[in-house]
Amino acid sequence: MSKRIVVDPITRIEGHLRVEADIENGKIKDAYSSGTMVRLLEEILKGRDPRDAWAFVGRVCGVCTSTHSLNSVRTVEDALDIVIPPNAELVRNIMHCALYMHDHVVHFYHLHAMDWVDVVDALKADPQKTSELAQSISSWPKSSPGYFRDVQSRIRKFVESGQLGIFANGYWGHPAYKLPSEVNLIGLAHYLEALEWQKEMVKVHAVFGGKNPHPNYLVGGMACAIGIDDVSGLNAERLALVGKILKDGKTFIEQVYIPDLMAVASFYKDWGAIGGGLGNYMVYGDLPTNGIRDKSSYKFPGGVIMNKDISKVMDVDLRKEDEIQEFISHSWYEYKEGKDKGLHPYKGESKIKYTGPKPPFEHLDTTKDYSYLKTPRWKGNAMEVGPLARVLVGYARGREDFKAVVDKALTDLNVPVTALFSTLGRTAARGLEAQLAATWVQDFFQELLTNIKNGDTRMADSSKFDPKTWPKTAMGVGHSEAPRGALAHWINIEDEKIANYQLVVPTTWNASPRDNKGQMSAYEAALIDTPVAREDQPLEIIRTIHSFDPCMACAVHLYDEEGKNIARVSVVGD
Amino acid sequence: MSNDVLTKQPTYYQEIIRKGYSRRDFIRFAGMMAAFIGVENSAIGQVAKALETNPRIPIIWLHFQECTCCSESFIRSSHPIVADILLDKVSLDYTETLMAASGIQAEEALKNTMTKYKGEYILCVEGSVPTAADGVYCMIGGKTSMQILDEAAEGAKAIIAWGSCACNGCVQAAKPNPTSATPIHKLVKGKPVIKVPGCPPIGEVMAGVIVHLLTFGKIPELDRLGRPKAFYSKRVHDTCYRRPYFDAGLFVESFDDENAQKGYCLYKVGCKGPSTYNACGVTKWNGGTSFPIQSGHPCIGCSEENFWDNGRFYERGSAFAGFGIESDADTLGKVALGVTGAALAGHAIYTNINKSKIIDRLTAEGKASEKEMEG
Repeated sequence: MSKRIVVDPITRIEGHLRVEADIENGKIKDAYSSGTMVRLLEEILKGRDPRDAWAFVGRVCGVCTSTHSLNSVRTVEDALDIVIPPNAELVRNIMHCALYMHDHVVHFYHLHAMDWVDVVDALKADPQKTSELAQSISSWPKSSPGYFRDVQSRIRKFVESGQLGIFANGYWGHPAYKLPSEVNLIGLAHYLEALEWQKEMVKVHAVFGGKNPHPNYLVGGMACAIGIDDVSGLNAERLALVGKILKDGKTFIEQVYIPDLMAVASFYKDWGAIGGGLGNYMVYGDLPTNGIRDKSSYKFPGGVIMNKDISKVMDVDLRKEDEIQEFISHSWYEYKEGKDKGLHPYKGESKIKYTGPKPPFEHLDTTKDYSYLKTPRWKGNAMEVGPLARVLVGYARGREDFKAVVDKALTDLNVPVTALFSTLGRTAARGLEAQLAATWVQDFFQELLTNIKNGDTRMADSSKFDPKTWPKTAMGVGHSEAPRGALAHWINIEDEKIANYQLVVPTTWNASPRDNKGQMSAYEAALIDTPVAREDQPLEIIRTIHSFDPCMACAVHLYDEEGKNIARVSVVGD
Repeated sequence: MSNDVLTKQPTYYQEIIRKGYSRRDFIRFAGMMAAFIGVENSAIGQVAKALETNPRIPIIWLHFQECTCCSESFIRSSHPIVADILLDKVSLDYTETLMAASGIQAEEALKNTMTKYKGEYILCVEGSVPTAADGVYCMIGGKTSMQILDEAAEGAKAIIAWGSCACNGCVQAAKPNPTSATPIHKLVKGKPVIKVPGCPPIGEVMAGVIVHLLTFGKIPELDRLGRPKAFYSKRVHDTCYRRPYFDAGLFVESFDDENAQKGYCLYKVGCKGPSTYNACGVTKWNGGTSFPIQSGHPCIGCSEENFWDNGRFYERGSAFAGFGIESDADTLGKVALGVTGAALAGHAIYTNINKSKIIDRLTAEGKASEKEMEG
């Protein structure tokens, strides 16, 4: 007889996610993933200036901040046939790589580490041994016994104070924690260090985009004009700042993140056989080096892998109406032609209809509709997107840079390539692609310097910025690889305004409810057979969920044709 | 602010020493905080004393309809010791973004603080509350955000509304506001609500607001819209280093022109700095690295109410407060060009006597704002 447990809120993610799981004989037998917040941004976008869309959709997410804005300007440029100058492509790539570097480090230390690192157990560590261990895995200079003793002493006093703040009610002492105390202490020390480091990394966005979170983008290029003889523009000082941060960022990833990741992974190899899930992976591709239209120029190649078969990679076409479709069979929406139809985003239609229990409630009725996420499918198949998909597709495409980092990690951990199809594989792949991005970005930066040196100071092409130059109607699709996976926006422009704007985002692929055929999406599939040692402590569940790095605000979005129907009148105290 | 419930707790000073910082670190922190909250150097001693004697305050940080950019901005706050202090010194007992516990354990942590520190905790809210359809557009732990806010606000000493979502509904409240996204001050009664708008607010401003509460034990002085005066009393336009170009009538006409490379004023390509109250021009972003205008993009006015519905972002503002409905960049350029003849010819902008009243008013206002800045 199985027992239903509920985890809500799932913390250390972006947004509001609920998981209900049936546990039988210490393992998860069935699982349901539900997005419980909705903002209806697509409805709000209708009638707006397409050039403004990046700012609106940028606010879809402040964690993978900049991704939706980047994707949006690409979408509008696709629709209006605008080609951006090479420098703008480089700056966008540099910002995007900086995002990967920042976001993946923050995910590992601040959102995911506490699933593997027992903070309280770190107090038992021997600082001398911790130092020896740290120095054996990395040349990072902050590794003396005194350094670890100080960290330990600060945390000891903190724990003894009885006010545990963000560590309160954690799962400390849970049998699924396997790290030696010394590794726990390293993890804890670097939790604090990474918190300091991350605010430096985002300064790259501040230089080019003026601020972070939510840096500024521009249709036709970037607004950060190159002006090497002006205090305002991108001059030598601004560029030197970027160069330094990128270099320091690479050092941190290579000397702290990767060694820690490998050290932690080496004690959790059993998680290389847990949480695999679908086995279908999809990547749209990103980091173009010869314009977004030249897919062969991407640093992240696109492609699809089915059933874990990395001998074969297929292509994705975002414009074909029978490839990507969204279903609402278990979502709180309705379609004109019924609940079981799938719609391509160009023809995307939806009307919200909450049919769940009246809050406050204990359980959702998961046999019916149970989420604000729609369910996207590729040719009818459920797909996993994200760092693991990207690393697998790069690897399967035979790209040397991917092979080098993947093979090294597999060798270091002494695990077979099949261990990648797992919770551990997902977490490891995120680190590996941060490493790749940190390397590629140095080249992007050098190329930008070379261009400027050679006299190319173009950063934007405003020849089609004036709406009067646009055709009466236009449609386009833009894509990117967000830190959490494949992202695309579709736009229809009519009379200089947005007629329709649709987003299909990574967490919708991964966290969505079942489709019309009852197929699970990635989160639900990955949870099946996960062992649960203590039913009242969902540590193993959040491990696998966190390995996807959920971003719920991204995942929930839709437009409604008759917005007023869904906004029932209610009295607000005023 | 009475703190009798908390008097058994260690002071910041005791804590800071216990956590391995030196007295010197402490004074430096106090000095930095004094700078944040805009007091004179002579008041550093007062800040230090407040930190030495005031006990810690528990914080509950709720997330509703939002994108987490406020939390992200908060952890960007640039001074290391602030990150340490705010992440553990204030006893951040509930925050979905960072807390270790999930599910039942997270809810227990929330309940514990609400019970144990009733009437004493600070409630921070990130996000708006959807009130349409009885609140079902945002549910956490099976409850609506309306229910959660009601419960948490009841025992709060004060409420901080982080960011434009909590202050004015931000993007989800833009027309047609399909979920009836509602700002916090419209839903809670009888509690002080400190509004810290911006999408997101500047990290250092967020830290500054919290530290003001901690050091002085009272809420900072607020303007008529409920915003701390320290950070929201100046227009971005008045503190913008590109202001002289505006006064001289030198404007970027398009993003790929020579004027963009020279860093001229962005007013004609849509800058909302003249109607936006925020600290961007002074505090800047990400440890003082830059701010939107410095990086060549017009201000979109993200700390202003309804900024999503105040016209297109790349259209020049025409009805800014104090500018006169008829005035535009050309008119404004004339103000300064009337006195700088050389530039007049160079930029082919002529004086329009009919607008003299507007010009007079603008000149007066400009002088007043200069005085204000000097003061």
